[in-house]
Amino acid sequence: MAYFLQQLINGIALGSIYGLIAIGYTMVYGIIGMINFAHGDIFMVGAFIALIAFLLVMSLGITMVPLALLIVLLVAMALTAMWGWTVERIAYRPLRESFRLAPLITAIGMSIVLQNFIQVAQGARVKPLQPVVTGGYTLYEEGEFAVNLSNMQILIVVTTLVLMTVFWLIITRTALGRSQRACEQDRLMAALSGVNVDRTISLTFVLGAALAAVAGLLYLLYYGVIDFYIGFVAGIKAFTAAVFGGIGSLPGAMLGGLVIGLIETFWSAYFTIEYKDVAAFSMLAIVLIFFPTGLLGRPEVEKV
Amino acid sequence: MAEPGTSFSQRLGPALLDSLLAAIIAFALFSLLLGLRTVDSVTGLTLESRPTLLAIVVGIVFFGRLLLNLFVWHGDYPITTPFAKLFNSEKFDRLDIRVLGIVAALATLILAIGIAIGNAASQLVGICVLAFMGLGLVRRTVVHFFPNLPYGRIFTVGGIAFAVLFPITAYILEKAFHLGLPLRYFFDLSILVLTYVMLGWGLNIVVGLAGLLDLGYVAFYAVGAYTFALLATHFGLGFWICLPIAGAAAALWGIVLGFPVLRLRGDYLAIVTLAFGEIVRIVLLNWTDVTNGPNGVSGIPKPTFFGLPFTPTGDATFSSFFGLKYDPIQGIIFLYYVILALAMITNLVTLKLRRLPIGRAWEAMREDQIACRSLGINTTITKLSAFSIGAMFGGLAGSFFATRQGFISPESFTFIESAIILAIVVLGGMGSQLGVAIAAIVMVGGFEALRHTEHLQSFFGEGFDPALYRMLLFGVAMVGIMVWRPRGIVGTRTPSIALEKARPIPKDLVEEGSA
Repeated sequence: MAYFLQQLINGIALGSIYGLIAIGYTMVYGIIGMINFAHGDIFMVGAFIALIAFLLVMSLGITMVPLALLIVLLVAMALTAMWGWTVERIAYRPLRESFRLAPLITAIGMSIVLQNFIQVAQGARVKPLQPVVTGGYTLYEEGEFAVNLSNMQILIVVTTLVLMTVFWLIITRTALGRSQRACEQDRLMAALSGVNVDRTISLTFVLGAALAAVAGLLYLLYYGVIDFYIGFVAGIKAFTAAVFGGIGSLPGAMLGGLVIGLIETFWSAYFTIEYKDVAAFSMLAIVLIFFPTGLLGRPEVEKV
Repeated sequence: MAEPGTSFSQRLGPALLDSLLAAIIAFALFSLLLGLRTVDSVTGLTLESRPTLLAIVVGIVFFGRLLLNLFVWHGDYPITTPFAKLFNSEKFDRLDIRVLGIVAALATLILAIGIAIGNAASQLVGICVLAFMGLGLVRRTVVHFFPNLPYGRIFTVGGIAFAVLFPITAYILEKAFHLGLPLRYFFDLSILVLTYVMLGWGLNIVVGLAGLLDLGYVAFYAVGAYTFALLATHFGLGFWICLPIAGAAAALWGIVLGFPVLRLRGDYLAIVTLAFGEIVRIVLLNWTDVTNGPNGVSGIPKPTFFGLPFTPTGDATFSSFFGLKYDPIQGIIFLYYVILALAMITNLVTLKLRRLPIGRAWEAMREDQIACRSLGINTTITKLSAFSIGAMFGGLAGSFFATRQGFISPESFTFIESAIILAIVVLGGMGSQLGVAIAAIVMVGGFEALRHTEHLQSFFGEGFDPALYRMLLFGVAMVGIMVWRPRGIVGTRTPSIALEKARPIPKDLVEEGSA
């Protein structure tokens, strides 16, 4: 029981990170119907920016951890958002009216570019960071085994909840959210009614990348090591999460992220850790076969 | 941005402003990632600053964009026009000839200086520019004098003839005149290119003809390779017996993996096939009892020539049977012909299938799945057949790969492999056999050429390691070619069937299906 509870906590923390990345996929897919394959690598770039910003802040002598983390968070969000914007501008916008495979190919290309750029610029070795947020609470003890809830896990879940709420408000309450939903339904019609479609799409990428940066920072703090390759697997899993929850749906992305995080954690805990990715990917196939539109997605009407 | 037709001084201001903005963005993007570098030290990670590198990159962005703004994008006479005219049939005007002349003179100058001071990089630049212009001029001349030749066919026949004759000719020339050609390297590279041509043609059946986006094609490649490797090492079977078995195994896996994804469409299909590809790789990596895990399978036998092995000693070897002197290059030439034959079979089968009902069903399904279904075509069988036939060729290529390498491990079957194959198909112009071949040569050949770039090393200094930049350049090329020519290198597609005369139809009239 204690073991189960511990895994539940771990799974929720991991799932929150996946959920944050998944939002970027789900929003972009919702609005322009393409898989932003480079999004996982944007997350990785965000983690690297966060790492470098953190080291920089530390070397500048700001040792108060909450302040340092806040600065790092803002810097990482701003710069990663810029990366997201640039990627859209260079690789996707010129192909907006092209056939459907074209942006997917440039997205794969961009993913290769980002990975190798980081490898060239920062080296291929893993980057370790000593634990920054330490301590925690013991919730429950059962014989030898204690269920721990670390401060880091609390930070992850709280950050995710806060950001999700802010996001939910942006999408449902603001003009930007309205134009986003308009573009999602019908881009041409939205343009005719005065929505700046290009700007809306750019902002979608910016928002998605900013959330990915947060996920990157949390990942860095939680695991303490990153390398240039983390974006690929995390990206596929986050996409799985987005599809699982129903692509285009924000709560769906979060729910999907949690489910994938839990599956992965429990699989590693009770079965074999080597096959945890197989479990997550098989889940993707199974869900798509039985719920092609995901758990919370709207059914797609097929038109000729 | 300034409109075309405004004077240079009018355009300068906005162009400067725009470039400045680009430079600021570049500065923001690269400030932390390039300007600072994390270094391992005793106390953990520390930072090391690289202001010069950052300044150079930002400078390149600023001046590059300024030049593009002034002379390419918004000039009243974009200097890309004359170069474009080299490759289409528009008439040159005086300005075009002047621009081309100046560029040619400059390129010659650069080349001459490069030769004089022995700088390999400037020689390379000069040769590339001159070759590009020369190619355009040759093309224009040929088209001018013979406007109605069937160029596509000439190109195809010429290409095949070259592919068939090249190794033998090179070998004989080398033996006769001792030219010192790096034959081994030539053949290895051609074998690599041909393997990718075959994979591209195989995937083209799935993506180009049936319109099913498969991001996990490498799984079938892996199945073929492992089938042969395991049969050969455990049961001592030879290449020729295992080849059909490997093909059949891959085709079977095509059906097995195809079944669950029958209902999926477009990008969903892409991501599930990607997941399958990864699953296959992870299983190969962790199922140590059978696949030997990350250590891979080694000691895979080479193919024999009707039972005659290419070994230096033995009773009946290829060289002793034909009374030749033993030379390891003979085995490589044989491998070259094996993969050439396999690739040509793939091509012929594809061309034949396109004319059969099943091929037409594929193309119908690509164009419109619903219409296809309402015409009574069974889309289940159509999809599964595309998957399994594509997979079969992937499996054949895989077992060839295993026999050529003699050693395989899950490392060779990562997602990047699938991405390269897909890039070859899409960049080649989907559905075009010739385009796929050209794209394979350009991508794989260019990619390999970067391995041997001592010139660049002399240009950028000792610390420059070209191998590191290969994948980066590959990604840039993938994005660049796609943005520049979204319809692929061969932009037209010959219809599989036509009334009277078959005219090529431009790609933009052909919509890729949503399936």
